[in-house]
Amino acid sequence: MTRTLVSVDALVVGAGPAGLAAATALRAGAAGRVVVLDREDEAGGTPRLCEHTGFGLRDLRRVLRGPAYARRWVERATESGVDIRTRSMVTAWGGPLRAQVTGPEGLLEVDARAVVLATGARERPRAARLVPGTRPSGIFTTGQLQHWVQRQRLPLAGRALIVGAEHVSYSAVLILREAGVHPVALVTDLPHTQTFRSFDLATRLGLHVPVWTRTAVTGVTGRDRVDGVLVRDPDDTERTVAVDVVVFTGDFIPDNELARLAHLSMDPGTKGPACDVDGATSAPGVFATGNLVHAAETADVAARRATAVGSAAAAWLRDGDRSPARPATVRLRVTDPLLWVAPNLAVPGRAGTEPLLVRTQVFLDRPRLEVTQGGRLLGSFRPRRMIPNRSHALPSECLRLVRPGDDVRLSVS
Amino acid sequence: MTDDRRYDVVVIGAGVVGTAIGRQLARYRLRTVLLERANDVGTGTSKANTAIVHTGFDTRPGSLESSLVRRGHELLRSYARASGIALEETGAVLVAWNAEQAARLDDVLAKARANGYERAARMDLDELARREPHLAEGATGAVTIPDESIICPWSTSIAFASEAVGAGVELRLGVDVADVERDGREWVVQTSEGPIRADWVVNAAGLGADILNRRFGHDEFTIAPRRGQLIVFDKLARGLVSSILLPVPTERTKGVLVAPTVYGNVLLGPTAEDIEGRADTVTTAAGLDGLLDAGRRILPALVDEEVTATYAGIRAATEHGDYQISIHEEEHYACVGGIRSTGLTASLAIAEHVVDHMGAGGLSLVEAEHEPEIPHMPELGERATRAFEDDRLGAADPAYRHVVCFCERVTDGELRDALAATVPATDLGGLRRRTRATNGRCQGFFCGAAIAARLAER
Repeated sequence: MTRTLVSVDALVVGAGPAGLAAATALRAGAAGRVVVLDREDEAGGTPRLCEHTGFGLRDLRRVLRGPAYARRWVERATESGVDIRTRSMVTAWGGPLRAQVTGPEGLLEVDARAVVLATGARERPRAARLVPGTRPSGIFTTGQLQHWVQRQRLPLAGRALIVGAEHVSYSAVLILREAGVHPVALVTDLPHTQTFRSFDLATRLGLHVPVWTRTAVTGVTGRDRVDGVLVRDPDDTERTVAVDVVVFTGDFIPDNELARLAHLSMDPGTKGPACDVDGATSAPGVFATGNLVHAAETADVAARRATAVGSAAAAWLRDGDRSPARPATVRLRVTDPLLWVAPNLAVPGRAGTEPLLVRTQVFLDRPRLEVTQGGRLLGSFRPRRMIPNRSHALPSECLRLVRPGDDVRLSVS
Repeated sequence: MTDDRRYDVVVIGAGVVGTAIGRQLARYRLRTVLLERANDVGTGTSKANTAIVHTGFDTRPGSLESSLVRRGHELLRSYARASGIALEETGAVLVAWNAEQAARLDDVLAKARANGYERAARMDLDELARREPHLAEGATGAVTIPDESIICPWSTSIAFASEAVGAGVELRLGVDVADVERDGREWVVQTSEGPIRADWVVNAAGLGADILNRRFGHDEFTIAPRRGQLIVFDKLARGLVSSILLPVPTERTKGVLVAPTVYGNVLLGPTAEDIEGRADTVTTAAGLDGLLDAGRRILPALVDEEVTATYAGIRAATEHGDYQISIHEEEHYACVGGIRSTGLTASLAIAEHVVDHMGAGGLSLVEAEHEPEIPHMPELGERATRAFEDDRLGAADPAYRHVVCFCERVTDGELRDALAATVPATDLGGLRRRTRATNGRCQGFFCGAAIAARLAER
């Protein structure tokens, strides 16, 4: 198959907030020709579909609704000279820095000096959570629900159960209500909700939607359409909740296919590519940022961190092979009950500008977190509370003490 | 619709067997109608199976199944090549995991030979490790069956139906058969759409074949539905396995296997559970857990990959160890029942066998003026050049450059084609089976709503 060869300085894959922020920073760093490819019909990423407000606090210093926030980042990138191409999907790699693309101009092979992967994350769908039962229609993820209600304006009616009680689960409640669907409850197998107290109160007391904690979803019933969900209560009794819609929310996993196809070294915790404070991956010239490396953060956090990664990528393009040899990176690993840390590669002697993001599998009250390397304590922290499905930010300063050699461990003592 | 037009043949059931029979009948000057209760062809057992093209190495020697699987294997392989149905000749390796299983491998080889399959052979453990480096440790013996293949099961029924319809066979979907009656020399099939008169009736009703058979006054077999649950793993797992990994079969079941799919995924299953309900295609926690345990023992790295889908299919097992095919010449009734898990492989041979016997039993088989045209099926195989990477298609029509379903890389052009095909998709399931759309790892997170909107437009 013949492909048209296109040469660029930097290729960014994904035009969500992270990709656009990285591209903008690349241009600001005089990276030359910067192209962002996105497989969707329009640039802007997930915020395009989020009608609620609250976007932009940490990156744009203002509070916007999702679509306005997405537009703002598209404008910023465009104004800075970034070339954004939509309906353009990277389907494979022709080499470490060569992307094979299907798009409106046909089949391209984009040859770049640097690549930034910002392919984002998705929610684990029902099957991936191994929820047994029938396979009827009426089963959604929040992402699909947003497209269904807000984009395609397709009909939806009846009662819904929301699986999950993290931030995005509460967005699902609002979308369902807007669509005229009655949210019966949010279900989580964890002992508490994982969102902000204000969201929780507004939903439980304001909208009268309860949160069933320590409750597992054990099955789906209904032949053509969903007619019920089986749940197991804390006392181990199983019951059927009659609903017409089930929304599997949160439980994000990175869209890591392109990273895997590029044979990047992966982090077992985040399931994204392993990367350092600069977003540098195991492949020279390939960077990763956004929810691909921390699934999932709010857009402003993703964009801020991506700005740092874009700047680092621009510096790499400037100095390239002429830059002094960097010491070999060491792995940054977490131990149970921690789930992941991002970044998860440490460059000896270097700390980034952005904090480390840490996730836990269980609720932890005033845990003592320790960063160690070969028995040497590099830092310790005493966060007030750690909540699953939410990141805790730790100062990355301690990474400056990392030496070449052993893995660095982040653990709860 | 009431219709007093008389057909030469009515085929009840448009699964892979019914559509194959419809296709075979289309070669002759016959008025044939294919009735199907569902709103698409191939929606029962035909859509939910392991998608393996069997050599028949482990069928019962001397059985009808043995000879039809062997013949069907050849026919289906060449039909797939001609029509573009995705088929990958991966071969299979049968792996023993203990001394007792290893001791049975000689029997496996002897049985293969008795079934007329000569190419099964011992594989030494070093070669096994080279060919399947991700296999768990502890294998005690292996046999290679180089001609076992994998196929797209969905395209198969659709291709057969398309060829039949293209050659003049009527396909009526959403038609329930309530009863059959005799009126002089004719059959009157009472359906939800009124009576249909025919000279011959073929019962290809799959899981309902025994019940329909009794309406004709016969009672040779009873379907004992056996459920098989399966897990489909992410395409990123495809590199873990190169051939179909079979366990040493027992009398009861072929056991849990690991197989690549032509879509580039990896399949783990099936379970074998005797169940009551013939529509009970549910997955269960115990079933899925059991499969994961089995998978961990065969290919440990597999279970670390994401699960893309789980499903359950039901095999039309009977109390007999063979297909239940009988041609009642006097009555002009052919019963094609008890077609077990090998039915996909054997379908074309079953059709040939049944129609030949109907001819011998008095059905007039005069060749039609034109030979039916083999349809050209869309490229669904991961190994093929699919529309999104075929710039001859894209240059002629930009709709093939617009990827709508990202995970499965299905273009707008393919969705449009599937909705306008000879046997078109009428719902999401139909669209999935014709294009792969929404079958991927995100299960509709990105494109589910856009695809539902396209269906709603119709």
